[in-house]
Order: sequence, then C-alpha cells, then structure tokens
Amino acid sequence: MSELKTAEPPPALPRAADEPVNLNSYLRLCAVVFTIVLCTTGSMIYTSFLPHVGWPVKVTLILAIAVVNAFLVAGYLMHLLSEKKLIYTVLAFTVIFVIGLFALTIGATNDFPPGTATH
Amino acid sequence: MDIPYTIEARPDTGVYNAKLGIWLFLASEVMLFGGLFSAYILLRVGAAPDDWPHGWLDVPLGAVNTVILALSAITTLLAWAACKVRQFGKFKFFHGCTILLGLSFLCIHLYEYHDEWTHYEIRLTNGQFADGHLLEQSKDFDLAKKTGTVTLDGRIVENHADLMDLRNPRVPPAKPRELTVAAADIQKMDNYSPRHNTFTAIYFTITGLHGLHVLAGTLVISYFWGTGSRLWRRDPERFTNRIEVSGLFWHFVDLVWIFLFPVLYLT
Repeated sequence: MSELKTAEPPPALPRAADEPVNLNSYLRLCAVVFTIVLCTTGSMIYTSFLPHVGWPVKVTLILAIAVVNAFLVAGYLMHLLSEKKLIYTVLAFTVIFVIGLFALTIGATNDFPPGTATH
Repeated sequence: MDIPYTIEARPDTGVYNAKLGIWLFLASEVMLFGGLFSAYILLRVGAAPDDWPHGWLDVPLGAVNTVILALSAITTLLAWAACKVRQFGKFKFFHGCTILLGLSFLCIHLYEYHDEWTHYEIRLTNGQFADGHLLEQSKDFDLAKKTGTVTLDGRIVENHADLMDLRNPRVPPAKPRELTVAAADIQKMDNYSPRHNTFTAIYFTITGLHGLHVLAGTLVISYFWGTGSRLWRRDPERFTNRIEVSGLFWHFVDLVWIFLFPVLYLT
C-alpha cells in the first residue's frame, strides 16, 4: 500500500490576541499619560492668559503643547509607536493629503478675484 | 461560513482585517476634520480686525471636558487590556466608566449649547448694544409689531468691538445686571446660534460633528458593554479585537478634541 502524501500544515499565523499584556503595567502607563495630559491642558490655559505675549506666539505655544498631548494619545494609547508598517503607510498618505488640504487653504487666503475690496 | 482574519493577522498586511479597516476609516475622518479645521483657519485669518470673537467660550467647562475625554480614553484602553488578560469583570467596569464619561461630556456640551442659545445680542435704535442671557419675554412681545419687552441678564455697551474681545484688558470686565428692553427700542435681536456670525457657525459645525462622533462612539461602546458582550462567551479573542477597534475610534475622538479645545476656547 502506497503512503498517502499529506499537505504540510500552513505556518502558524501571528494572532493579535497572543501579544502579552500586563494590566498593572497598563495602569501605570495610564496614570503617567493622564498626569501629563492634565499638566499640558493646564499649561495651554496658562499660556492663553499670559499678558504681554503676542497672539502669534501664544497660538504657536498652545498648538505645540496640543501636539505633545496628541502624541501621547496616539503613541501610547493608540499604540502607534509599535504599529505595523502598513498602518504607518496609511497614515503617511493621510498626512500628505492633509498637508495638501491646508496648503490649498493657506494659498487661497490672499487669492482674491480682481476688483475684490479687502479690509 | 467563517469570516477570515477576524482574530489572526493577515500574512500580507500584518494586522487583522477590522484593524486595517478602522485605520482606513480614521484616515478618512482626519480628512473630514482637516477640511473643517482648514475652513476655520481661512475664516479666522480672513476676519476683519476686532471682528473675531475672543473669550466667548467657557474655558473651565472646556477644560473639564478635555479631562473627561482623556480619562475616558484611558478607561477604554484599560477595558481592552482587561479583555486581553481575560478579566471580564474589569472590562465591564472600565467600559462602564467610559460610557458614563462619554455621556458626561455630551451633557456638558449640551449645557454650553443651551447657554449660547439663550444668549442674545440686541442692537438698539440709539446705536448701543444690549448683550446677555434671556430671562423673560413679555406675553405681548412681538418684534415686528414693536410691542412688549424682553428682560436680559447682561450689559449695555457703546461699541460692538467691546462684545467681541472679552479678554481685552482695555475693556472693563462685564458686570451683568437685569436689563429690560422695549421692543420699540430694538433694531435687531438674535441669539448666539449658528447664524449669529461666522465664529458661531464654524463653532457649532465642528463641535456638533465632534459631538455626534462622541454619541456614536458611546452607542457602540454601550452595545459592547451590553448585548454585544455575549460574544465574549463564544469567542473572547474576537470580542477583544472588537474592543480594540472601537477603542481606536474613541481615541481618535479624543485626539480631535485635543486640538478643538485650544483652537476654539483658547486662541
């Protein structure tokens, strides 16, 4: 009797749920992130009420703090710091399109039809 | 029929299908809110001097909402982590907290909307402006027939610019008092609704859209907390992935607010 040839089993696929998670380490991480978010929110408010500081400087400072805040949420809470290459590619395209969108807007700011009265 | 790659990662993408799907959806959401943010910039930069409101919104309430959303993002992450370590009780607790925090955010936002909707600006026939919250209208009040009176809790100013920049150190702080204005003295009267000016229009558009996202996220999370959690008994890994996907959406909603708060309330 001839031996039946059986197909080799497929290689085990990585299972998303197999990544080890430690609840206590997440609790510590969350405490740190929340404390920093509280501090950054407070500093944004403080900056907005600073006297003798020009509006452009205030806006730049406040948005810089907001970017730090956003990095914390995206990087640590959304796990973007350890994400797959494909997700980074999707986000890179998104960033390019958003920059294009903002560039169009900023470019249009002073683009008036001839004869338009401006203040 | 089994739906493929609900748990295990696709070999070519490296992630399970729902995760790739939610990231593509979030990318489209970035474009949606990006369009509105760029519209805000265009309107803000194009506004005439002294014609863009400053300090109109309640900063403490906005700050409380920022903290609430940040806290809810954390409870969402902890709910997912609890699923990962197979502690369903803790998942229920953390996700329950997220639902309550989401509802608190919406309640505070609705309170702010109500505050703006009952806030009136009245252009008087003598050129002055009355501004404040509506206390009452007389029963015979009719602006077209010029009959009756309205009572506001507010103030009267000479220049419209004094109403625009509430943080201007040159303008003395407002001391609200009860004002009764006859309809015959009113030239124009409208509340701080979206049609009031460009700022209120873009404010209600962006925050309204964001609020709808918060509501949608709360509904989805409530489903997974309630009847949707039956999947946990049949397929805990798939359920965990669903929690991760809904959590990514919730974090995105938090991210949008991180920029909305400073842009609308502080700058």
